[in-house]
Amino acid sequence: MKHTIAVIVENKPGVLTRISGLFSRRGFNIDSLSVGATDNPDYSRMTITVNCDEETLEQVIKQLSKLINVIRVSQLEPKESVERELAIIKVSANRENRPEIMQLVSIFRAKIIDVSPRSVIIEVTGDEEKVDAIERLLRQFGIKELARTGKVSMVRGTKVVQP
Amino acid sequence: MAKMTGAQAILESLKREGVDVIFGLPGGVLLPLYDAIYSSEVRHILVRHEQAAAHAADGYARATGKVGVCLATSGPGATNLVTGIANAYMDSVPMVAMTGQVNTNLIGRDAFQEADITGITLPITKHNYLVRKASELPRVFREAFHIARTGRPGPVLIDLPRDVTVEELEYSYPELHLPGYNPSTKVHQLQIKRAAEALMSAERPVIYAGGGVRYANAHQELFELALKLNAPVTTTLMGVGVFPEDHPLSLGMLGMHGTKYANYSIQGADLILAVGARFDDRVTGKIASFAPRAKIIHIDVDPAEIGKNVRVDIPVVGDARNALAELNKFVTQKPWSAWNERVSTWKCDYPLCYQKDESVIKPQLVVEKLCEVCPDAIIVTEVGQNQMWAAQFFTHKDPSRFISSGGLGTMGYGFPAAIGAKVGRPDCQVIDVAGDGSFQMNIQELATAVINDIPVKVAVLNNGVLGMVRQWQTLFFGERYSHTTLGQVPDFVKVAEAYGALGLRATKPSEVEDVIREGLASDKPTVMDFIVAKDEKVSPMVPAGASLSEILELES
Ligand SMILES: Cc1ncc(C[n+]2csc(CCOP(=O)(O)OP(=O)(O)O)c2C)c(N)n1
Repeated sequence: MKHTIAVIVENKPGVLTRISGLFSRRGFNIDSLSVGATDNPDYSRMTITVNCDEETLEQVIKQLSKLINVIRVSQLEPKESVERELAIIKVSANRENRPEIMQLVSIFRAKIIDVSPRSVIIEVTGDEEKVDAIERLLRQFGIKELARTGKVSMVRGTKVVQP
Repeated sequence: MAKMTGAQAILESLKREGVDVIFGLPGGVLLPLYDAIYSSEVRHILVRHEQAAAHAADGYARATGKVGVCLATSGPGATNLVTGIANAYMDSVPMVAMTGQVNTNLIGRDAFQEADITGITLPITKHNYLVRKASELPRVFREAFHIARTGRPGPVLIDLPRDVTVEELEYSYPELHLPGYNPSTKVHQLQIKRAAEALMSAERPVIYAGGGVRYANAHQELFELALKLNAPVTTTLMGVGVFPEDHPLSLGMLGMHGTKYANYSIQGADLILAVGARFDDRVTGKIASFAPRAKIIHIDVDPAEIGKNVRVDIPVVGDARNALAELNKFVTQKPWSAWNERVSTWKCDYPLCYQKDESVIKPQLVVEKLCEVCPDAIIVTEVGQNQMWAAQFFTHKDPSRFISSGGLGTMGYGFPAAIGAKVGRPDCQVIDVAGDGSFQMNIQELATAVINDIPVKVAVLNNGVLGMVRQWQTLFFGERYSHTTLGQVPDFVKVAEAYGALGLRATKPSEVEDVIREGLASDKPTVMDFIVAKDEKVSPMVPAGASLSEILELES
């Protein structure tokens, strides 16, 4: 099972190492990890997705909570939260297939952010499935390079994950 | 606020934290700090190897309940501490380890004697710090000591670049501000009630107590609860002594080399109350068949321990002392039961024993005699057979008088830890029960003991072999003794004398008691060399991976 957890951490040197070190030492697998500033410069927010059973998830959360620089750990239920991921994808393109690519891009409400004679770069935002889907469909044209941010996630409604 | 150097600020902070002794060894980057130590009141004990500084701080902490402090220089000094820090981490020992570091502007450039010690110790510390500015020192020290001693205790490392120790700062000791650190001490009342109900209605309860009881100072509450419930109590190696072993409810130690009756009781129980213990594999045997008929109540200050290795029916997060005191309010006196009778029968039928011998000294005899001659001694152990015999054949009655490397199983721990324990509790007789292999791992500390007049006693169970490993070779590897014979073991009496300590030897059973009496009476550090039977085995034994029910009696 895939699980998403939001982790609020102190914005201090070495914190990311502590977290990734914990995962590797305890044998937890990180599917994706994204990290960035929050509205408060003292804290950063990480969104971590892990693929594991419920018991392991409980350990992940408890072990993360033990780290001194970790302020808060919350599991985000997929049904109750919004999730987004961004990918930029460089695809081989030529005069013949470009219209077809453009069509896909518009169906997915993606954007073309760079064009050259033999390739285009597409930016797409959405949940994981959407990004997976466009990636799959673009494969027929030849993906030359792909970069995904990993997921960020937030609970719907008024509930917040704050320090 | 007072202006001072970083080095002075470090000493000022140590003073405020009540530190009265540091175990350490200097080096280049530590010169400014050592210069400040030179004119300070704090006691500094110079060790001969930094590993011993960490173990001594650890032994001091376990014997006194205070935070142990050690100090080593950058690079090799710091890496020499690593085993000692890992050892303290595994056994949840409160410790602050300070290391020197190269100047901040050289960090990351592979400078002379640079080692990334905060990186290296990341997985073996409760927390660590690399101090980058002298002004951070008061806060870092305040936090480090607080983290080391609260919640589930553990080692905290502070890396101190040289320039930080000479830089000046305005000193003031700050308030604690650790938003990510709130160890739970209070217990959940509902869980306590559920636990109390389960304990009252259980027919075959067993209490399984670990080192957490000792750190929380909860032995009196444990005693009260056990007596009210008439529940038999077994302890882990870390918990040895938290329940008096001469009490009828005591089952002694459980697990791989626990008593048969402790293991049978666990397997027959319908309820297990685990307190401050972590279901280590050496304790549970094959986890799937551990206590197959029992519900489990688990009290632990570390929420991550609950449910880590076994499924728990009633979790109670919190300080063991609070939790047990609360439980005592809800339970009432239960009668001596058929279960107690059954357990007593097991105790009668399967006592810990060994084959006595007239001509060769049995190692168990040495431990028994130590107990006879000095029942109040603080017993520290090395690792291996000596450790198990020290746990089994000494009647432990006090929660802070058995000190052993449990989680990491570090050979070479015992002797320096004994030095630390003796420094912390100079009025107690401190005896390191040692193997000849383990003792040689930190034997150089004889110098530390002699020069600083720390009269610890070492009882070497000298079997000429790495006994515990040899035992496994005998049992599971067809007596193929690959590299477990130590060959010519040095003459420990002469070694002791060379360092200025007292050396004594017993080669016959009849000499054991006299050597012990003479050794303990001396006011010098003393090595008592007992030439013991080579092929004596630690018994009983649960083979690795087997269930606790499959415990075997081993012939020697
Ligand atoms: C530092 C270290 N190295 C290796 C081991 C593996 N080991 C466990 S017990 C043991 C033998 C210990 O021999 P000795 O100290 O003579 O004690 P005995 O078992 O003979 O009482 C060894 C090598 C260890 N525990 N620690």
